[in-house]
Amino acid sequence: MTPKTEAELAQMITGANGPLRIRGGGTRPIGQCTGDALDTSALSGISLYEPGALTIVAGAGTPISEIEQTLAAENQRLAFEPMDHRALLSTQGAPTLGGMAAANISGPRRISVGACRDFMLGVRFVDGQGNIIKNGGRVMKNVTGYDLVKLMAGSYGTLGVLTEVALKVLPDVETTGTLRLHGLTDRQAVQALSAALGSPFEATAAAHLPNGPDGEPVTMLRIEGFETSVKYRAGKLQELLKGYGDVAVTLGDGSEWAAVRDVTAFADQPGNVWRISAKPSDAPELVRRIEANAVQYDWGGGLIWALADEGRDLRAALGDFDGHATLIRGTADVPTFQPEIPALAAITTGLRAKFDPRGILNSGIMS
Amino acid sequence: MEMPVPDASVLSRKAQIVERLSDVLPPHAVISDERETHAYECDALTAYKCPPLCAVLPANTKEVSDVLRICHEMGVPVVPRGSGTSLAGGALPTADCVILGVAKMNGVIETNYDDRYIRVQSGRTNLSVTGAVETDGFFYAPDPSSQLACAIAGNIAMNSGGAHCLKYGVTTNNLMGVTMVLMDGTIVEIGGAHLDAGGLDILGVICGSEGQLGVVTEATLRILHKPEGARPVLMGYDNSEVAGQVVTDIIKAGVLPVAIEFMDRPCIEATEAFAKAGYPMCEALLIVEVEGSEAEIDAQLKLIMEIASKHNPVELREAKDADEAGRIWLGRKSAFGAMGQINDYMCLDGTIPVSSLPFVLKRIGEMSKDFGLDVGNVFHAGDGNMHPLILFDANKPGDLELCEEFGAEILKLCVEVGGCLTGEHGVGIEKRDLMNVQYDPADLEAQMAIKDIFDPAWLLNAAKVFPLATSQARRAA
Repeated sequence: MTPKTEAELAQMITGANGPLRIRGGGTRPIGQCTGDALDTSALSGISLYEPGALTIVAGAGTPISEIEQTLAAENQRLAFEPMDHRALLSTQGAPTLGGMAAANISGPRRISVGACRDFMLGVRFVDGQGNIIKNGGRVMKNVTGYDLVKLMAGSYGTLGVLTEVALKVLPDVETTGTLRLHGLTDRQAVQALSAALGSPFEATAAAHLPNGPDGEPVTMLRIEGFETSVKYRAGKLQELLKGYGDVAVTLGDGSEWAAVRDVTAFADQPGNVWRISAKPSDAPELVRRIEANAVQYDWGGGLIWALADEGRDLRAALGDFDGHATLIRGTADVPTFQPEIPALAAITTGLRAKFDPRGILNSGIMS
Repeated sequence: MEMPVPDASVLSRKAQIVERLSDVLPPHAVISDERETHAYECDALTAYKCPPLCAVLPANTKEVSDVLRICHEMGVPVVPRGSGTSLAGGALPTADCVILGVAKMNGVIETNYDDRYIRVQSGRTNLSVTGAVETDGFFYAPDPSSQLACAIAGNIAMNSGGAHCLKYGVTTNNLMGVTMVLMDGTIVEIGGAHLDAGGLDILGVICGSEGQLGVVTEATLRILHKPEGARPVLMGYDNSEVAGQVVTDIIKAGVLPVAIEFMDRPCIEATEAFAKAGYPMCEALLIVEVEGSEAEIDAQLKLIMEIASKHNPVELREAKDADEAGRIWLGRKSAFGAMGQINDYMCLDGTIPVSSLPFVLKRIGEMSKDFGLDVGNVFHAGDGNMHPLILFDANKPGDLELCEEFGAEILKLCVEVGGCLTGEHGVGIEKRDLMNVQYDPADLEAQMAIKDIFDPAWLLNAAKVFPLATSQARRAA
């Protein structure tokens, strides 16, 4: 099924007599899901772009590449830097706006500017009963009624099928500076990244690769802006971090961050991939506990990517911690998403029952 | 403004309700004497007043849970209250309600600079969150005008903004976790010191739910290191359309100021008479502030001044030192007080797409003549959040109603041009009956369905946000 309009989509959902598997570009499959494919690719196109208002509105099926090209022509960008999962998950196709929003996909810059959900200004969607619902709008400040935009972000299509998303965008930058420290232990690296992120010098990414490109640990920071400003802040950070060793600085277009964003280091390696959100200073201890085959730290330690043997339940190894773990690639005899505490699980179950009482939308993905 | 008829069966049980609440709270934490409950009869929307049945001031999450459990068992409505600074009537009581004030819960639980968060009790004021970390160079970014008095609980309920959200976002973008008590007394932990939700983003729905889903007792907030410096520049134009174009041009040039504030002539005149900030008399005044090191500020302001100069400003003034910066901000910060000196006023809070600014200002000017009431406009220009201040005379019969009618027309205009009814103050009772202008029945039904999950009996702040007729069936059930 490939609805061409929102109304047609609503009819299809109303008339559905079995589960539906919602598909944007098909580049980020997650969890177990069966049912008839419901393809959003025809709900495509940019309906509004006002560079002076930092706002873009487009259909859910719009390829992200189209949005990024349109923004680039005005020297703007999606600041939350959505990850491209194709290499990691060996998928083809074009990632879409709807898929990105439904999965709340962000990248390394999430640590400084916020996540995809923080840039989502408004949504239109069709719920499990075929109701067409809008929430939020196209303006940056809006507290009119409950914020269902956040609820839809990261709901993986289980509450409704997105048809349109309005996003806040930001200016692109003139220069990117990448700072590198070599040979740090995980603990030292997270401390160094915390020091940088807790400084006034506005790092926009903070990653640690225990096995960098040449097999040795590399700790990376990114600073962005006008060239004079980048040079100034790079100098300040070199000074701040000198206790951790020599800090090498390179200026350029920042393309080296795509590999961190897309976790390409795990792309061709066998095993399951876990994504763990944690309190940054807990991260080295958590990594010690899970004994993964490989890890990568992003968000100053707040995001751990772990490669582990198939079938292993990393949550058992993590134990009780401040955060959550999601199985992004592979299968194991465990839930894909972190089980919630009972009081929260009851709310989640209630919300699903309200928005999709028949349980037909991406059924089973999150539960 | 219509409010539901108080539940007679609750009013008649006042003694029993107070007794049960007194069983779980210390003696001074239950206020039931009519001479004292008057202190809670209104918030900052002072045109509407109603003393509650009683007020309670719990000191911790456990006590909040006990209070809510008892009210739930006895079928008593509850209205949560932070510091009572809502401009939308978010904390307005009903005669049959228990006011649950969080003011006693104002402590700092944990400060963590490595992981850049602070955990506080929700009654702590916004400014004192920053106060707890500023000697170490950190701050909490959302800065509503009432930040000296307003509580974090209220900030979370209303998803409060401020003047600096173009760069730092609003409350929801700076809130990492909460401890919340549901209406039946259940205590829920949501989020924490990590980022983003592992399942559905429940925290995102709670923020901005106007105290209708639960009572937040503790919050984990993101803190940031202060920038090395900040500097404003003031520019005056003889045409608001040109000022709007300057804002657009600055944003398009790739500079992201932390604040872009706009004032129109009536506001400039009022603030000059009141604060004598030395503002130029013109149609539109902009204050643009940038942050960073000295060199960075210089570079950004150079670009901004170039753009500003191209549009023939009547005045263009860069702050050379802290004193001059203070004077540039002085007028803006005293704008509301200055307008209050002239008259009673009603402060609106609609948001519009920035590109609609000239049209909206022109229409407001026309409507001002039609209604015979003066308006001054203060505006967070970078994000489109307008604060038209309508002047009226509270002692003149019918003037408040006329003012409200005018305000409603302005908010409808905001929606018409693609904006919304409220950018940062919240719906409360003030904009409740305009929700149908922005949302279709299905949109409101989806929102009310969420309240059904958290508070099936609709006891928590139930007469707010949704038009009374729309929520009637649920409140009566």
